Amino acid sequence: MNFPILSWLILLPSIGALFLFFTRGNKKNNFTIKYVALFTSAVNFFLSIYLWISFDASTSNFQFVEERIWIEDFINYKVGVDGISILFILLTTFITPLCIISVNNSIKERLSEFLIAVLIMESFMIGVFCSLDLVIFYLFFEAGLIPMFLIIGIWGGARRVYSAFKFFLYTLLGSVLMLVAIITIYWLNGTTDVVELYNSGIDIKYQNLLWLAFFSSFAVKTPMWPVHTWLPDAHVEAPTAGSVLLAAILLKMAGYGFIRFSLGLFPAASEIFTPLIYTLSVIAIIFTSFIALMQEDMKKLIAYSSVAHMGYVTLGIFTIQQQGIEGSIIQMISHGLVSAALFLCVGVVYDRMHSRLINTYGGIVSIIPKYSILFMLFTLAALGLPGTSGFVGEFLILMGAFKDNFLVAVIASLGVIIGAAYMLWLYKRVVFGKLVNTDLKQMFDLNRSELFILSCLAVPTLFFGFYPDPLINTIEVSISDLIDQYNFKLASQI
Amino acid sequence: MENLQLVLPEIFLSLSIMFLLIFGVFKKNSSRLVQSLSLAVLIVTAVITFNETIGTNETKLFNNSIIIDYLSSLMKIITLSAAFLVLIISSNYLKTFKIFKIEYPILILSSVLGMMVMINSNDLIVFYMGLELQSLALYVLATFNRDQIKSSEAGLKYFVLSALSSGLLLYGCSLIYGFTGSTNFDVIASQLNSDVYALTFGIVFILVGLAFKISAVPFHMWAPDVYEGSPTSVTLFFTMVPKIAALTVFIRFLYVPFINLIDQWQTILIFLSIASMLFGAIAAIGQTNLKRLVAYSSIGHVGYALAGVASGTNDGIQSSIIYITIYVLMNLGLFSCLLMLKRDNQYYEKIDDLSGLSKNHPMLAISLLIILFSLAGIPPLAGFFAKFYVFKAVIEQSMYFLAIVGLLSTVVAAFYYLRLIKIIYFDKEKEKYDTDHGFWLKFSLTASTLLILIYFIFPGQLIEVVSRINII
Repeated sequence: MNFPILSWLILLPSIGALFLFFTRGNKKNNFTIKYVALFTSAVNFFLSIYLWISFDASTSNFQFVEERIWIEDFINYKVGVDGISILFILLTTFITPLCIISVNNSIKERLSEFLIAVLIMESFMIGVFCSLDLVIFYLFFEAGLIPMFLIIGIWGGARRVYSAFKFFLYTLLGSVLMLVAIITIYWLNGTTDVVELYNSGIDIKYQNLLWLAFFSSFAVKTPMWPVHTWLPDAHVEAPTAGSVLLAAILLKMAGYGFIRFSLGLFPAASEIFTPLIYTLSVIAIIFTSFIALMQEDMKKLIAYSSVAHMGYVTLGIFTIQQQGIEGSIIQMISHGLVSAALFLCVGVVYDRMHSRLINTYGGIVSIIPKYSILFMLFTLAALGLPGTSGFVGEFLILMGAFKDNFLVAVIASLGVIIGAAYMLWLYKRVVFGKLVNTDLKQMFDLNRSELFILSCLAVPTLFFGFYPDPLINTIEVSISDLIDQYNFKLASQI
Repeated sequence: MENLQLVLPEIFLSLSIMFLLIFGVFKKNSSRLVQSLSLAVLIVTAVITFNETIGTNETKLFNNSIIIDYLSSLMKIITLSAAFLVLIISSNYLKTFKIFKIEYPILILSSVLGMMVMINSNDLIVFYMGLELQSLALYVLATFNRDQIKSSEAGLKYFVLSALSSGLLLYGCSLIYGFTGSTNFDVIASQLNSDVYALTFGIVFILVGLAFKISAVPFHMWAPDVYEGSPTSVTLFFTMVPKIAALTVFIRFLYVPFINLIDQWQTILIFLSIASMLFGAIAAIGQTNLKRLVAYSSIGHVGYALAGVASGTNDGIQSSIIYITIYVLMNLGLFSCLLMLKRDNQYYEKIDDLSGLSKNHPMLAISLLIILFSLAGIPPLAGFFAKFYVFKAVIEQSMYFLAIVGLLSTVVAAFYYLRLIKIIYFDKEKEKYDTDHGFWLKFSLTASTLLILIYFIFPGQLIEVVSRINII
């Protein structure tokens, strides 16, 4: 296998962006521009499907590994995928084309710049998920800030500047400590190659501090309570496509980082800090669910629900149980699909009515029935109804949690009820009830592209809800091996 | 004197300066010609430096008062190229203010000569001589737009404060001479163990003088005023070229004679570094004038370069040199943008003048975007690597406090760079600026932006260039 498929996955969107950059210009071009961007990201999606098909799920070794000398005697450019990362790459390449289709309705000006930002973002995010070197990882992880900052700042809503700054500075502040940790690891072990670090382990004396440094970065990005406050702001102000990218993919980088680095590199520290994670996760689940209940802005409500969902994810990861971690990954994938869809749903009504406030709406079920059906499906998926992918993730996480810590699991399970409450209440207030606002009568139902996007998201949501095997098969071996390694290192104190 | 060819660059440069001065005086209206000749002189000097000295082993000349080694050759080449670029992009600006005179290139050449002497110096006297030569030229350059009151003020301020710092520096030199009996770096090194505390005083005074020259906190007060008042092209020169030379002297002075006193000066350097990084970042937030903002940002950047020097290792020195090189590149790009903010023969230097630049001048805006993110140190741009190397060297020495403060101040600094980006991209547009900027200005902007952007593809090259620097 000589074809450097991962590098191509990373490069292709950037090449597309470069192409767009040189064909920038007048309004007449908009059509071409969109198709170029769509074509690039679609090719990338099929490439990643091919990657998934030729992926060998029976081993936990990294596959499609490419290694090139980047800085002599220091850093190698190394990429590769295993069962844990491949699904995130798929998620990224799946969501991006949908985002690009969705700009039809929401982005009115500077279209080509927007698409350039989205494509570059895609490059960076794929890079995050397949880099096998800490420095390369950090590079991609941080670089994603630039396009996202611009997406929020240029195309965002009224308080976009504040939100963009908050997003950027929060994340940067979290990440610089990770940089210190990465350099420290280099001086301790003489390498930043993840595979070598897995094998050699990291000196137990330093693990706690290093873990905390990584944690500071991932906690902000996840986001965990109490550093989650940037997320509602960023979500509310970002344009629809930006919110989708943010919720569906950006938040997953931290969950992925927890599994790959916190568990993989610092088992002893992870064991020590598990109670901390449990506490913060449970607070996130309960507390932000209650906050979500009180929101009047739809986007904000979904943003807070994201925080709660990510609380389940972190909880599941640190159960260090097969089910828990599997559940976390499936929950992340499912949240990627469902929250993307929910933001798009909000985007649909926002494009028509230019209001995100819940009390603007009500009784739209008879006016736009197709929309109401799909919105219902995603609402149910978000609250984890059996038969949707949301259920599989939450169920596995709670199973893992019951094995590890009964009390935490009980409290987290209560969160499911509140989750159902705020989602259903949201749906009830928006879709059902009496039609008070007569302006709503002018709303038209989903157009073709919106219908297409939402159906694209609905299919995997339902499919993996009934039949999660393809996902579980892909991640199973990698996770069991990760847990074995973890326990082995813990036992032998390295 | 068989080794005279090693100082050929300096000899050639000084002869050229004298020739150009006479030539310019006798030939009327020759400013354009002198400018071109000066550019040629800079190129030739750089070529001579490259050919004659870069391959040679460490050699000392004139009773060991001058040292030619890889470090000095490299820094001279960087200085010369930076001066070349400054000169080439400043002509439009000077013409607008009708100060396109023969003195300008000649003064720049003289100050470059002074810097080359500084870089070569292995002796306090030679070092001081070079320093004064470059400073005198710089005083005049600061006042070059003499009809503007701000420019004159800048020059006077710079002169007074600089003279004070030179005095302190000289006092430090005399202390060191008094306690070691020599001004030669090598002799000082061999005499060291006699009376350490008194020597520390000497070092402190000299460090104060040097810190003043590179505008490190708390000796930075002159920088914002002088940068604001001086003609923009001169400000560009100030922010880049003297810092290269002063940094070299910093390295040479601390690592050759006083390496054994590292415990004494390391603390001072760490303080200078932390103070500069923090102060530069915080003070820049409130600025409304772009040149003042650049002044504070350059104070901050000097802090990072000093962090590398403070680490006390070859890695640290190399990282500082990488830092200053990348910084020069970024500043060049930034100032090219500043020099493009021109409308109806007037230059605009308020931050608000950047408002909505992205709508009217998309290419200029995107270049600024890249440069500003790079200055903020966001990967994958060159500025990130500069910081990365420095902190790598610093953390190697377990100086975690310095590293963490430094990285936190990058977050603060990111705020004001983001503010500029916000103004450029998120705010309402204003009137258009002129678009005919001349080839060289566009060239330097494009080249520096592209280099910053694609640096991550070949980060190894620069490391390889500096990896031959071996002081300790």
